[in-house]
Amino acid sequence: MSDEQSLGALLREQGISRRGFLKFCGAMASLMALPGSMVPAIAAALDKALRPSVIWLSFQECTGCTESLTRSHSPTLEGLILNAISLDYHHTLQAASGEAAEAAREAAMKQFFGKYLLIVDGSIPTKDGGVYSTIAGVSNLDMLHEAAKGAAAIVAVGTCAAFGGLPHANPNPTGAVAVSDIIRDKPIINVSGCPPIPVVITGVLAHYLTFGTLPELDDLGRPKAFYGESIHDRCYRRPFYDQGKFAKTFDDEGARNGWCLFELGCKGPTTFNACATTKWNQGTSFPIESGHGCLGCSEPNFWDAGSFYHALSTPITPVGRAAAVAAAAGIVGGAAIAMHNRHVKAAARSGHQTVTVNDLEQASGETK
Amino acid sequence: MNDMALLLWARGPGLQIALVVFIAGMLLKLFEIFSLGRKKDLSTPRPGKAWSGLKTIFSRSLPDKTLLKRSFPTYLMGYTFHIGFFIALLFLAPHIELFRNTTGLGWPALPGALVDGISLLTIVALLLMLGYRLYHPVKRFLSTFDDYASWALTMAPLLSGYLAFHHLLLPYTQMLALHILSVELLLVCMPFTKLFHTVSLFISRWYNGDALGHKGARL
Repeated sequence: MSDEQSLGALLREQGISRRGFLKFCGAMASLMALPGSMVPAIAAALDKALRPSVIWLSFQECTGCTESLTRSHSPTLEGLILNAISLDYHHTLQAASGEAAEAAREAAMKQFFGKYLLIVDGSIPTKDGGVYSTIAGVSNLDMLHEAAKGAAAIVAVGTCAAFGGLPHANPNPTGAVAVSDIIRDKPIINVSGCPPIPVVITGVLAHYLTFGTLPELDDLGRPKAFYGESIHDRCYRRPFYDQGKFAKTFDDEGARNGWCLFELGCKGPTTFNACATTKWNQGTSFPIESGHGCLGCSEPNFWDAGSFYHALSTPITPVGRAAAVAAAAGIVGGAAIAMHNRHVKAAARSGHQTVTVNDLEQASGETK
Repeated sequence: MNDMALLLWARGPGLQIALVVFIAGMLLKLFEIFSLGRKKDLSTPRPGKAWSGLKTIFSRSLPDKTLLKRSFPTYLMGYTFHIGFFIALLFLAPHIELFRNTTGLGWPALPGALVDGISLLTIVALLLMLGYRLYHPVKRFLSTFDDYASWALTMAPLLSGYLAFHHLLLPYTQMLALHILSVELLLVCMPFTKLFHTVSLFISRWYNGDALGHKGARL
């Protein structure tokens, strides 16, 4: 349960120095593209911020998002900020289970009505009344409706919650949809990615705690500070793309030389995320640095965007059959036109009347 | 529909529709042309006729001296545009990847920066061509809707491709989708506008060359 202890006090209790705290605030400010002069303001606001109550609902998901956040690089400030928030309900992380867990959720929803932050990971199945995923006998659909009522804001963590993700992929047997497809009357922040970068969610939380508002969002509801630039634009292999140097297979000379992975299906040009700048595993690397193209996991419908290993400029469905049908139709249609033309010509030939000079003279004499 | 959904439509169903219309339309037109037939020429062909048709297909790509002098801007911009267009189409890495994926044929790409510069030149040439068409009284008089539509249909992929490459004006995903859609529109319209000359020029040049050769003209 939330108590009245401030975030600053909590962090000090856990042995975080003032210097460490300010460094974190500085990093957050720079990540969110805020001016350096904002750092003291962020520090002051975060220091005084009371532990916000957070309810975390996990729906049709793989727990990868939670794993990404909790196992990322603990114990760091990001992890501690996450710990410092009052996670009133998270069925993977909480100790309570069964009815006790559900009771904790209901109590938090009641006590902090209108004030709690609702974090959702996983998509919501809507087909057949939402029977495909239930928690304690309650469908995800009903639970989301109920929990959203009293939420100050909703953070959709991961591509499943943000855009439907894997469960939404063709043929979408459960009718899975994103949070924003169901809830229309609450502010929603989409923190997409499969999984999303841990620092992005702490950044969003830090922004919310500092300013009490949501960060600036792009047209897909993602914080612009983290999703403002494409992987391609920030990729260290970009110069090779510009020079036309591409790896053709995963073990050729180009791959060994670290050339561009575009031809191997990298979706970096159309993927907006912070992987190339914040990187993963405490800044170790990101997929392209490990030699694999970007899958485009922070974009809608990335599972249905054709093969992960085919270039972005190629069709996502085979075109051979359509081309063959079109050729057949063209030939049949063309033959029909040819026959028609021949018929017209033949008719003209057979209808041709020979005219002699006498005929013409006669005709002109008549008109006189 | 978000940008990604538009892009996926362009790369999937959009392309299928465009290809069907393009292939069926082109074949239809070709059948129509060939089935018209020509009257049999009963005169005896003059000597040296054999290769005149084939020769003319190539020789007509070279400028005629007198015409070159008389309408130099048309030649200059025409060459710049056509050569630039084909370089952009055939030597940009993502385009080659498209050909490799659909036909299995691939070839080395030119550096992006070079293709980029050539594309800009091509766009400038196209703009000048439009300006010249509007400025020149005879050209303006002869121009029909088809001429302007064909210009726009050709300009759209070039311009959207250039803007996408440089991430200008619109988000890249959206611009890329528009670029692909503009190419699809070009494919759909190709059989039914003067853009059909991409194929028919070979037929007409061969026919003219062959007919002239038959009469003994020096080609």
